[in-house]
Amino acid sequence: MPQNSAEALTAQRKTTSRRPAGTLYRGREGMWSWVLHRITGVAIFFFLLVHILDTALVRVSPEAYNAVISQYQTPLMGLGEVALVGAIVFHAFNGLRIIAIDFWNAKYQRVLFYVVIGLWVVTMLAFVPRHLINVFSH
Amino acid sequence: MTSTLAAPRSPYARTPRKNGVNWEKWGWIYMRVSGVVLVVLIFGHLFVNLMVGEGVSALNFAFVAGKLTTPFWQWWDVAMLWLALIHGGNGMRTLVNDYATTRIGRGILKSSILAAVVILIVLGTLVVFTFDPCPAGQPADLLPTFCQAL
Repeated sequence: MPQNSAEALTAQRKTTSRRPAGTLYRGREGMWSWVLHRITGVAIFFFLLVHILDTALVRVSPEAYNAVISQYQTPLMGLGEVALVGAIVFHAFNGLRIIAIDFWNAKYQRVLFYVVIGLWVVTMLAFVPRHLINVFSH
Repeated sequence: MTSTLAAPRSPYARTPRKNGVNWEKWGWIYMRVSGVVLVVLIFGHLFVNLMVGEGVSALNFAFVAGKLTTPFWQWWDVAMLWLALIHGGNGMRTLVNDYATTRIGRGILKSSILAAVVILIVLGTLVVFTFDPCPAGQPADLLPTFCQAL
């Protein structure tokens, strides 16, 4: 029986690649991108619920809609929009990374994580200064 | 009575279902297909509403009315609404399956997610397609300028 299980183990080592199944998401970049994807996903979901309700006020009256949308133009919410866009941009680029490692090649997942971070920084550099000027100059 | 023990670390014995739709597979595919489309739709939405002109400071009823009177933005917003809510609802379902430990807890949470998704899809779709950009009896300065021609 020990003979058999040793053989089974060897057989399994042979059938799996160098990286046993599942460990893409255990530790290091693979895990942290997964954690961030979940956290940003939940945050975006709850914002989406609120955002559909506030937009639905266009069907109530112009005053009602403007009263709520003006809350989005305050400095505090302006900073919140930076966080929201940051979460969306990460979730979007990391989602494309997940698609790439699922359909293309998982061996680049680690370098792709740093590509995601790099694209996130570039996108936020394009967005944040312009957005903060719009928020704080009005 | 003999019982056989599987070798350690042998894969779980799975009995694939012979018939029926594999909904988990289609959910997996949906997350990826809708995700790609949502990147385009939401980046476009954020660019037009937050980057063009004065960004968030320019948003008001007249701005939204100008967008929602064109079929292009109506369908853009409705596509975003359906794709994003189902994508988000399915993602939340995954988290509930992972973290909610009791059967009744999972049932309550997943029913709540389903209810929120269905109600908001119906509400949002009705708002987009029944929207009146020039409601009667409202102050003209709050309405889009094209209402003055009416």
